[in-house]
Amino acid sequence: MKDYLVLRVVSKLLIPFILLFGFYVQMHGDYGPGGGFQAGVIIASALILYAIIFNIGIARKAAPMWIITSISCVGLLLYVGVGIATMIAGGQFLEYGFLSTNSASGNHTGILIIEIGVGITVSAVMLMIFFSLAGRR
Amino acid sequence: MDILEQLNYWAAISLAMVGLFTIMSRGHLIKKLIGLSLFQTSVFLLFITIGKLSGGTAPIISKDFLYYSNPLPHVLILTAIVVSIATLAVGLALSVAIKRTYGTGEDDELEDLDRNEGEP
Amino acid sequence: MDQKKYKGEKKIDLYINIIILIFVLLTGIAAVWLRNLVASAMLLGIYSLLMATLWVVLDAVDVAFTEAAVGAGITTALLLFSIWLTGKHEKKSTKKPWLPLIGVIATGGLLIFGTIGMPDFGDPNAPAHLHVAPYYLQYSVSQTTSPNVVTAVLASYRGFDTLGEVTVIFTAGIGVLALLTGLRRRRRSQKLEIKK
Repeated sequence: MKDYLVLRVVSKLLIPFILLFGFYVQMHGDYGPGGGFQAGVIIASALILYAIIFNIGIARKAAPMWIITSISCVGLLLYVGVGIATMIAGGQFLEYGFLSTNSASGNHTGILIIEIGVGITVSAVMLMIFFSLAGRR
Repeated sequence: MDILEQLNYWAAISLAMVGLFTIMSRGHLIKKLIGLSLFQTSVFLLFITIGKLSGGTAPIISKDFLYYSNPLPHVLILTAIVVSIATLAVGLALSVAIKRTYGTGEDDELEDLDRNEGEP
Repeated sequence: MDQKKYKGEKKIDLYINIIILIFVLLTGIAAVWLRNLVASAMLLGIYSLLMATLWVVLDAVDVAFTEAAVGAGITTALLLFSIWLTGKHEKKSTKKPWLPLIGVIATGGLLIFGTIGMPDFGDPNAPAHLHVAPYYLQYSVSQTTSPNVVTAVLASYRGFDTLGEVTVIFTAGIGVLALLTGLRRRRRSQKLEIKK
């Protein structure tokens, strides 16, 4: 893609904003449309755009496969960890009310942490799928 | 019964049937996967149509609105879309692996290769 | 509910919905009709974008968001990469299409017969709107302090469900990784055996 000047310039401008928008969607999911699933896909798509337009080798070096696989495990473990934390606090599995003194605010914290876990796993899995499919002959 | 009222269901059914026909009649593995994703989207259309409430808005609670569409189908379909791309990726990886081991992605040729392998 | 206002809103929703549905059907049929797989993948991307607009019309903003990011973005990229790996032209199938056609028409006819009992478009008295949805809409702000009911239901009320979905996605990712990198390793070991 070395000859497409417009694509290169525009995507170089866009990628930081795509990442920022991804984080906004992640943290703002409980007030507007959005959440972990969408944010994960958007963050992954920023890296995929970089890999397609510029250089897949550099993108691979920036996110090596062993890091992506371990990050995807971290997201899922964060989700399960919240469930186990509520069990330790005295409730049942994923009963967020026990995360805080107040049931409503405990629910809010639980939702935020779980959405982060979902976002991490989804973005890591999307990158994992892309890097294993792309650029192989 | 007004025909216009049922049109969404009929569109979902015709999309599902187009997808099913593609899966059954086309030979290339990736074309089959495209048909499969059409089939999946038709199911999404059916669910979201059931969740629609006329006169309602998107289910984000605000003081300005009284009626909201049903949030439950939205939740089910939101997760289903992300799962659908993950399963589609597994299918694509399988077809890439088949192309590498057999040298072809066509249904008929794969069957021929398997038959010839059985009787050396 | 004010009956007059209710009717008017219903009509405009329905008409926009039908116009987008026609486009969706056309692009969907074109995507499976063409034998050039690259064109097929691009049409599938357009199809997903149209679907996303349809979700906005049907009030499912979260779903529209996901569909626009996943369907029009990442699916197209993955499809194009795997088409690049498997060849972009589809051969004409030697099978006769009549048997699948008859089966599909019969199934479709039966399903359309089944829609006779379905509720009308946007009917407020449909069974789907009477059971758990009013509970979620009424209590989600006081119980979870989250105005977006979809997020509240996704993460709190149906947390187990979402845990399952995330596990499915994780497993699918591991499956793709095992399929493609495992294959490379097997090839390498085959080459080594041939050298010996």
